[in-house]
Amino acid sequence: MRIVTVRRISQVFFLCLFLWFCLAATLGERWWQLRGWPVNWFLDLDPLSGLLTLLTTGTIFAGLLWGLATVALTLILGRFFCGWLCPLGTMHQFVGWLGSRSKGVKERVARNAPRRAQMIKYFLLAFFLAAAAGDMLLRLGQGQWPAALAGALLMALVLGAARRGRGGRSFWLAAGALGALWLAYSLLLGRGGLLGASLLAGLLDPIPLLTRSVNLVLLPLADAPLRLAWPEARYFQGAALIGAVFIAALLLNLWLPRFYCRFVCPLGALFGLLGRFSLWRVGKTQADCSACVACDAYCEGACRPQGVIHAAECVLCLNCLDLCPDQVIDYRTAPSAAGEQVPDLSRRRVLAALGTGLVAPPLLRLGGLLGPDWDPRLVRPPGALAEGRFLARCLRCGQCMRVCPTGVLQPAGLSFGLEALWTPVLNMTIGTSGCQLRCVACGHVCPSAAIRPISVQEKLGQGPFAAQGPLRLGTAFIDRGRCLPWAMDRPCIVCQENCPVSPKAIFTRVQFNPVLPELSVARSLGGEIIVSPGGLKPGALGTGDYYCRAEGWQARITGNTADTLLLAPPQGWGPPGPGKKVSVLVRLQQPYVDPARCIGCGICQHECPVSGLRAIRVTAENASRHRSHSLLLK
Amino acid sequence: MSPLLPPDEMDRRDFLRRAGLAGLGLAAAGALGWWAYDGRGPLASGEAGPQVKLPSYAVPGQDRKLALVKSGHRAPALRAGLEALGGIKAFVRSGDQVALKVNAAFATPPALGATTHPELVTEMVRLCLSAGARRVVVTDNPINDPASCFALSGIGPAARTAGAQVALPSAEAFRPTTLAGGRLIKDWPLLYGPLKGINKLIGLAPVKDHHRSRASVTMKNWYGLLGGRRNVFHQDINGIIAELARLVTPSLVVADGVVSLVKNGPTGGSLEDLRPTDTLILGTDQVAVDALAVGLLGLNPNQVPYLGLAAAAGVGTLDLPSLKPVRVELG
Repeated sequence: MRIVTVRRISQVFFLCLFLWFCLAATLGERWWQLRGWPVNWFLDLDPLSGLLTLLTTGTIFAGLLWGLATVALTLILGRFFCGWLCPLGTMHQFVGWLGSRSKGVKERVARNAPRRAQMIKYFLLAFFLAAAAGDMLLRLGQGQWPAALAGALLMALVLGAARRGRGGRSFWLAAGALGALWLAYSLLLGRGGLLGASLLAGLLDPIPLLTRSVNLVLLPLADAPLRLAWPEARYFQGAALIGAVFIAALLLNLWLPRFYCRFVCPLGALFGLLGRFSLWRVGKTQADCSACVACDAYCEGACRPQGVIHAAECVLCLNCLDLCPDQVIDYRTAPSAAGEQVPDLSRRRVLAALGTGLVAPPLLRLGGLLGPDWDPRLVRPPGALAEGRFLARCLRCGQCMRVCPTGVLQPAGLSFGLEALWTPVLNMTIGTSGCQLRCVACGHVCPSAAIRPISVQEKLGQGPFAAQGPLRLGTAFIDRGRCLPWAMDRPCIVCQENCPVSPKAIFTRVQFNPVLPELSVARSLGGEIIVSPGGLKPGALGTGDYYCRAEGWQARITGNTADTLLLAPPQGWGPPGPGKKVSVLVRLQQPYVDPARCIGCGICQHECPVSGLRAIRVTAENASRHRSHSLLLK
Repeated sequence: MSPLLPPDEMDRRDFLRRAGLAGLGLAAAGALGWWAYDGRGPLASGEAGPQVKLPSYAVPGQDRKLALVKSGHRAPALRAGLEALGGIKAFVRSGDQVALKVNAAFATPPALGATTHPELVTEMVRLCLSAGARRVVVTDNPINDPASCFALSGIGPAARTAGAQVALPSAEAFRPTTLAGGRLIKDWPLLYGPLKGINKLIGLAPVKDHHRSRASVTMKNWYGLLGGRRNVFHQDINGIIAELARLVTPSLVVADGVVSLVKNGPTGGSLEDLRPTDTLILGTDQVAVDALAVGLLGLNPNQVPYLGLAAAAGVGTLDLPSLKPVRVELG
């Protein structure tokens, strides 16, 4: 079998496996649903997630250790992940193939020639790396040595790839200056609370990007008629932006094949840097050949195998090996006989990218969203870490939103700030309910523990967690200007009815409000009193919510005609004499929230009959993850 | 690409051909305009879909039946109660298609008593099938996420294991309905899909405290047949419950007060909210069944306005002795 056939089988297999895991991330008990399927495996294999969370947190969480296997294999084989495994790469390659079908050899060679812009992805990697390492110097003091070691190695990898500038001395001076600035900056901003590590890479990291795009765009579209992944059509706020990025990434392949892989992919950049040290590599066995350029014409990585090969760009598609009529291209341990070159990165630009990355988190946080101007709409799922620690871990893969049984978990849009883009936020109106009381699915699927894998006991504050109480996502606030019993003299209390905690966090106080001008009694007859003026709407006061009050007594109205009130008279009642005044009142149960009981699940908000802007809304005050946002005195 | 015309010359033939094409184009555009022209503009609201009307599911000759079983166990109580009313075969005959309207409103485990107990569902499905029912469908439009409600309440697995179908509410399952002479149920979405082809409807409801209406039993249980933003009806809770009772004429209703949710209803959430009341009430008169059931919550029927409204509308009677209720004590 031809090697490229084996590669295609591998690509299709892993793409299918990826899509399968996306479908299997369905909460349920059937064999194809979430019951042990390793639905995070691709995210785990992505070493960028693992390495960057190591930088931001000092540890590698659970399954992310798989990234080590990918790194090890890359050090041996080169960028096998890009050419053989990456499901997004497979999609890019397929669309690129569609766009190249009618092209002649000359045009193919032009489209697949190495471009200087391919270095952009290394700068992006440097940017994300520095953004994730922003507060590392501070955290060294906390003994996060593995993170420091990984950071140092990665920095060396990036800097080592930068081509030696004209003056070696000036480079080291610049690097030293950057380091000194970093230190000063860490110490200064560290005090100001602006410094932080931010895992921004998830925005462009291909596996989170594809997972997010499938979970929140492709699957909901495909599943709307199928109803396999969710029992009802599922909506995701701002899905259009996620979809637009994904579609743009795919369409760009029509212009240049594997556009994303060549110019954007920070994971590919990491593999490229690691691949410089790989044991095996693609290359020519002799410098001379017939120069038919078949290899260059079909090169997926744009690495020019016919000439001095750009080794870091090679994605191991092995088209060159398969097509070479002279059979001078081989996959072997020796470098290419025609020569090899490393990424053509200017050190100045690498330093600029690193510096920009370092500045990014403080710049993003200068808006105050992690400080005094924190956004109360940002209600995070149960078990989510405090915001700074959360942003240091969240990959924006959308797995939590995928698995959420009610669809209350949604990708945060730009209105929540750039740094929170596509991280999970609760939207109490879009799904089938609020956050379900006994559900902890999101934390158990989160690949990086940005949402901790909590137990139901911990969520409810029971058993060993009784002392700390339930996990609160926020608190419900009643908007008395919109609430029917508060503002409009109409009974309701749907919120109280649906509050799932026991005892309920919403309680009511009864209030009687007059709904008509006072009436005069014409005469009374048993439980009936005839009033003037008449003109009452027959039956309208008999709903059980209306009362008649006079001096010394009050009785529920059981029915009425135009001028007669039928009453359920209280005990010891004497019918009012002619000329006495009576008033008609509506009995209102007005809701109040007890912040000591409210957990912020949002079910009240979901069910509130004020269907647009709800009259009871949950915001993040009192959320357990931020003690400083507490409302309660303890 | 070849030009339609050579650049410089145009002979008569070309001119005629062009003139013909232009004429055809004009005619086509004119015809399309004529055909699509709308001089009146759109209506204020879209076309209403075809309305559905729920038939009466009452079994002829079985009206005015009421039985009360004292027992701490649901399955034997249900069997004994049905025996007292003439046996399951009095209600379900061979070939019948039966719908069980359960209360699956909340995603809570059965032990918390906020939903119809799966034991009751299992036994009722089993009895219906043993009486020769061709098909039993278990349905509800819950408040919390439907799939989670049916799974966590145990109703879904219990129904499937016993041989019934479980019908979750999907958007297509709802059809607008109007209650003749009604004030509230007008062109309102009804969970009609699962009831298609059904000729027997049985309501299975737990006995629960309800802050707004005082009690949630078999009549309030029909709320789960409504779709849309039904919570607006809470403004007139007694009116809507009475209208629902008028809308739905069941074959049989069962109020499960073996354990009652006596406070913090209708969601409950704690075992503290429950009290063993060891009573199962069955009947064909919803008003009478509910009137007996509210007693388990310490209420008398006069304190529950919707009972009076429904009785006044002719749904049933509050004069319980007139029904000659059968009382069964199981040891």
